[in-house]
Amino acid sequence: MARVSDNLFAAEAVLRFDDVSLAYGRNDPTLRRVSFSLKPGSFHFITGASGAGKSSLLKLIYMAVRPTGGRIELFGHDIARISSRDLPLMRRRIGVVFQDFRLLDHMTAFDNAAVPLRITGLRPESYRNDVAELLSWVGMGERMHVLPPTLAGGEKQRLAIARAVVARPEIILADEPTGNLDADMSQRILKLFSQLNRLGTTVLIATHDQGMVERSGMPVLHLENGRLVSQVPGTRP
Amino acid sequence: MTDTYSRRWRPAPFLPDTDNRDGSLMFVMATLCFLACLMALALVATNRAVQGWSDQLNSQATVIVRPRANETPDLAAARAAEALAGVPGVTEARALEREKAESLVEPWLGDITDLEDLPIPRLVTVDLDDRNPATSATLAAALKARGIDGIIDDHSIWTRDIARSAAVLRLVCAGVFILITTAAGAIIAFATRAGLLARREVVEVLHLTGAENIYIARLFQVRFARLAAWAGGGGALAAAAIGAALRLAGSGSDLTPTIPVIWSDILAVLPCPLVAALVAAMAARLTAERLISEIT
Ligand SMILES: Nc1ncnc2c1ncn2[C@@H]1O[C@H](COP(=O)(O)OP(=O)(O)O)[C@@H](O)[C@H]1O
Ligand SMILES: [Mg+2]
Repeated sequence: MARVSDNLFAAEAVLRFDDVSLAYGRNDPTLRRVSFSLKPGSFHFITGASGAGKSSLLKLIYMAVRPTGGRIELFGHDIARISSRDLPLMRRRIGVVFQDFRLLDHMTAFDNAAVPLRITGLRPESYRNDVAELLSWVGMGERMHVLPPTLAGGEKQRLAIARAVVARPEIILADEPTGNLDADMSQRILKLFSQLNRLGTTVLIATHDQGMVERSGMPVLHLENGRLVSQVPGTRP
Repeated sequence: MTDTYSRRWRPAPFLPDTDNRDGSLMFVMATLCFLACLMALALVATNRAVQGWSDQLNSQATVIVRPRANETPDLAAARAAEALAGVPGVTEARALEREKAESLVEPWLGDITDLEDLPIPRLVTVDLDDRNPATSATLAAALKARGIDGIIDDHSIWTRDIARSAAVLRLVCAGVFILITTAAGAIIAFATRAGLLARREVVEVLHLTGAENIYIARLFQVRFARLAAWAGGGGALAAAAIGAALRLAGSGSDLTPTIPVIWSDILAVLPCPLVAALVAAMAARLTAERLISEIT
């Protein structure tokens, strides 16, 4: 297996957008000439009104859509030039918390959290303790055997986060992770991301919750009409 | 409690088990397997019967002896038998008695025992050495050397006819078999497509978490191969039951049954589950791989 390996410290950016544009079909561009870069271990928010293109920007990073212009570099690789053989390996280095969770309803919370490890072909014995530990860490220790449809919103959210981080990705992308949660739960979720960030993971969170962004004091990428209008530096580097 | 859960945890199938309880698909596959097995049975039984008939015909020749003016038919036949018995590659040559010859022509001429004078040609049957049979040319030469007027029938017309019919039958069987196999493959491809679209969320999650397309395709491959193996087993069993019935029905009388099945012919259905599984695996794999790269 050809591991797409990079030395994070040698690479100056985990992620780099150069004049990236995206248009769906013949519609007006959703993203116009967006440029920015993320340093390893950084923590950023993407803000913007609904429809501003936050989700689209994340989709470009996790390679669910292809840019119509510009260049995206991930872990030092131009994603347009990654071979289809290496693509899955690249995806395993990214953890995604989808806006709609995308949990598999016929499998237990434990099964859902284990997906990223399981698809690598590892034996269950080698990772099931890690999964259990992680689920406890996100406060799902008592809910491992439950099917997603019976989970509360906050529980689904935490399960989705557990699945996103279980394989220790180098970058975490979260799309409105506090969308339908009360302030208390939002705080807990945000704390989770901070903890992961402190462990060295690069974090990028799309949100329209301006209050949460301000409280966190983290840097912001603000989208307006598909343009990146400011790269607001945070109070913390 | 959670500790025991995680310690006992085994991965749940990515494709829910409930999807596997597809009765109509199972029925169609089993029916196709049953038909394919019947074809195989018929082919094996016929091939064996044809071989038997050909061997029998090839190991015998018949000589029609025409007596000369100054000798009786019986004498001519006896001389011919003697001449032929000495030819290398002949194990035995017998002149048939008049009654035997008469009984042979009876179906065509009726009872002719009263017509003493009717010059019925005498027949000499020649048994040939299986390993090194005398050719009709050597037999003719031996007759000519003794001045005997005879026509040699080495049954080649019959064996050629049988061989031709058998070849046609084989071709038809092969054609029908290919048709059945293709139909089975097409049905599995169809089912794979439906199954994959019905479980699109699974495919997408696996894809986005970094599963290889082959990993996802294999889920469908395994599922349909398993289903086809069961269907193949069912179809094979049913065909074997028919074969057994034919065998039991055929053994009762001296008459050759329409299809002379013997017990070992029924073994022809054995590969069915494996072949069905392989065909299904291939069809599912190809369909899934193509569809996955289309929708992701
Ligand atoms: N798959 C799609 N096909 C067509 N248009 C899309 C698609 N996804 C998003 N859009 C459009 O792109 C724009 C940005 O959407 P999105 O990225 O979801 O914004 P946000 O996440 O900031 O609300 C919207 O106008 C939306 O209608
Ligand atoms: Mg969105």
